[in-house]
Amino acid sequence: MGSLIKKFTRSQLAIPLFALFLLVIFNLIRDPSFFSIDIATNNDGNAVLSGNLISILNGASAIAILSIGMTLITSSCKGQDISVAAMAAIAGSVFVSVLRSNEITIPVLLLAFLFGCVVAVLFSLFNGILVAVFKIQPMIATLILFSAGRSIAYWINGGATPTISSPLITAIGGFIPGIPIPTPIIIMVVFLILISLLLRFTNLGLYTQVVGINEGTAHLNGISPVWIKLIAFIISGVCVATAGCITVCRIGLINHETLLLDAEMDVILSVAIGGNALSGGKFNLYGSVIGAYIIQALTVTLYAMKVPSAAVKAYKAIVIIVIVVFSSPVAKDFVVRMYKKLFKKQAEKEVQAKAA
Amino acid sequence: MQNDIVLSMRNISKSFPGVRALQNVDFTLRRGEIHALMGENGAGKSTLIKVLTGVYPKDSGQVFLNTDGSLREINVKSPYEAQNLGISTVYQEITLCPNLTIAENMFIGRGSYQTVNWRTMKKRAAEILEKLNIPARATQQLDTCSIAVQQMVAIARAVDMDCKVLILDEPTSSLDEQEVEKLFSLMRDLKSRGVGIIFITHFLEQVYQVCDKITVLRNGELVGEYEIKDLPRVQLISKMMGKDLEDVSALQKRKPVGEETDEIPVYEATGLSSLECSNAFDFKIRKGEVNGFTGLLGSGRSESVRAIFAADRITGGKIKINGKEVKIKKPKDAMKHGIGYLPEDRKRDGIVEDLSVRENIILALQVMKGFFRPFSRAEAEAFADEYIKLLGIKTASMDTPIKSLSGGNQQKVILARWLLTNPQYLILDEPTRGIDVGTKVEIQKLVLKLAEEGVSITFISSEIEEMLRTCSRLIVMRDRKIVGELKGEEMTQDNIMHTIAGEAV
Repeated sequence: MGSLIKKFTRSQLAIPLFALFLLVIFNLIRDPSFFSIDIATNNDGNAVLSGNLISILNGASAIAILSIGMTLITSSCKGQDISVAAMAAIAGSVFVSVLRSNEITIPVLLLAFLFGCVVAVLFSLFNGILVAVFKIQPMIATLILFSAGRSIAYWINGGATPTISSPLITAIGGFIPGIPIPTPIIIMVVFLILISLLLRFTNLGLYTQVVGINEGTAHLNGISPVWIKLIAFIISGVCVATAGCITVCRIGLINHETLLLDAEMDVILSVAIGGNALSGGKFNLYGSVIGAYIIQALTVTLYAMKVPSAAVKAYKAIVIIVIVVFSSPVAKDFVVRMYKKLFKKQAEKEVQAKAA
Repeated sequence: MQNDIVLSMRNISKSFPGVRALQNVDFTLRRGEIHALMGENGAGKSTLIKVLTGVYPKDSGQVFLNTDGSLREINVKSPYEAQNLGISTVYQEITLCPNLTIAENMFIGRGSYQTVNWRTMKKRAAEILEKLNIPARATQQLDTCSIAVQQMVAIARAVDMDCKVLILDEPTSSLDEQEVEKLFSLMRDLKSRGVGIIFITHFLEQVYQVCDKITVLRNGELVGEYEIKDLPRVQLISKMMGKDLEDVSALQKRKPVGEETDEIPVYEATGLSSLECSNAFDFKIRKGEVNGFTGLLGSGRSESVRAIFAADRITGGKIKINGKEVKIKKPKDAMKHGIGYLPEDRKRDGIVEDLSVRENIILALQVMKGFFRPFSRAEAEAFADEYIKLLGIKTASMDTPIKSLSGGNQQKVILARWLLTNPQYLILDEPTRGIDVGTKVEIQKLVLKLAEEGVSITFISSEIEEMLRTCSRLIVMRDRKIVGELKGEEMTQDNIMHTIAGEAV
């Protein structure tokens, strides 16, 4: 029992999972029907799943996807990319501008996504080169696109915020006819599986961590820190494009000013809540993804409690403080110590009882 | 004499997950005494010091410190508190801030949090540097100094803090002989002023040069406390290792040198130079040969072997492996041609702190196997298990992060990493630095055994004796140039010194 608890408190996923668990319990006590899933008919006449759980999973997709790229960048570069949301706006704008110049069919859609991907990867590589080759601090290097990104997105569509409408777009942003699960959830799952396969069948995880922990050792063992960092930025670029395109499809228009606004901070937070050190090194991708769902669950919970939207951020901040403090090594040590004390006292009592 | 005692530790115990680091250890330090704390890797020396200075909390036991003539129990909770009580430490690895100036480093974390008077600080630092003959300026940024100077600054900092107990944990491992002598005179000076000094070192010579008493630990237990004159060297070693040490004398006989033959060298470089090693040099090594680069610290011996491994950017030269011309432009090329390199600075270039022993062991082989072909968990575990047993690496498990191992065991992990790649040419830069006698002998034996199996080895060590014991050819360097080559009968301590000094032999 003791070792089990020890193992759990040592595990990186302990705190995020526990936080998620508490959120679920809290909601169930507050409203037992909070997580009930209904089958409803939407505007297009499809039978689809709806409910708070679905909206949490659905709403967190973009942040969860972005947090995957962010985790790799954080681990290898010991810093964060704060331009992901702005780059998502660029990718979204490219996506829309390709779609609008053609009739929307599946090949065109794929082509538009591919264009978005290429552009996002190029911009991400720009960040990557600044960080990996010129050794500029990640936050400073990505500050450039953080400020310029949305302006670039503005130029792509000539300053307009065009809408796109097509059954195909709704299928991606909403539901595919006949499938009751929102498509963004499916895309997220597919994405996660792909990344898991990548980590399973390549040494990306090992190399990234070695570079993040000790570049000198990486170099002397034949790992090129520059390449590993660039790979992290390339993968992040793909994540950015995917998140951008999903969001565009969901709202049916591109607004370069508001698309995924402030999402970079939620993404970085997901990485942190997931138990990953923002100073790089060891990482756990699943932690970051869980982190994204925690943030979204929190938001949905607060809205369900009728907290005014202007006040939501303050409540979110309080919960986040608690999670972050509890996952700090200091707090973990404290828990272990308290547990040991309790355990010792109990053991002593037993001994005394036996002696008596 | 009760009031002569400065520090007394009684029944100290401390365990880490899976390891009992200390078990009922006693230690006594008197005024004006230089007391050597000896033991193998993982014997518990560093742990004892860390308990004393409050880095680790002790599990049980008592610590008494002489305050105003009487012993009082103290319970140190942090190094800062220890420092205020007059217990100062200079650790094995330099723990200063590399990007601050020397003056800032000397005064950081001392006294009040109130305002700092930069001018007095600089003046005071300059005085200390001058008094101790340290060749550096107070305003110089620390990382622009050599490791030796950085170490001396750390000592100067400790000395300046009016300490009753000065702990020197491997202070000499990166100093050359002159600097060591300077340090020793400083230690004797402090001793005459009544400071109690705890000296941890792996250099037996140095123990007999400066120490008064020796306390020996083995496997976390106290073996005993001895007067230096009552404990000859051989006995000390056997006490540390817990067995009689025929092994050391068995090693004395080194492999005879083969004569120059037409045999094609395993590795041959002509006109090799790199960014860090700008003087082009020629070098070759035959199959199964053990040779060494020797010279003072900063003579360019490390830079030369780094050039062989292409650790720094290569700027010129031709390389032949087994007679075939090849290009070695980066470490991975060298690895592909069967060259392994154990770096001088284990902490900076060797270990991956947060990763497990297993991941650290398989790293090089994994890189050679390729990015898209990771080892399965079972394969990796089999490799790790094999080498943990083979080299006798002391670790709680193969999943333990390497940073929680003792220095010598970390070194064995790095060695395992390269042995696993089955190299034909292995470069070992200071493999025995900061490592106890037992492991040193083990590593030397391993070097000779590998050579017998046909592996060529370049061995660098600050200890000339060690080089004489293992190498059959010595390349002598001075001021970043090769100034001589000694082999067979020419290889004597005297000859090496003369060659380094640049006098005719």
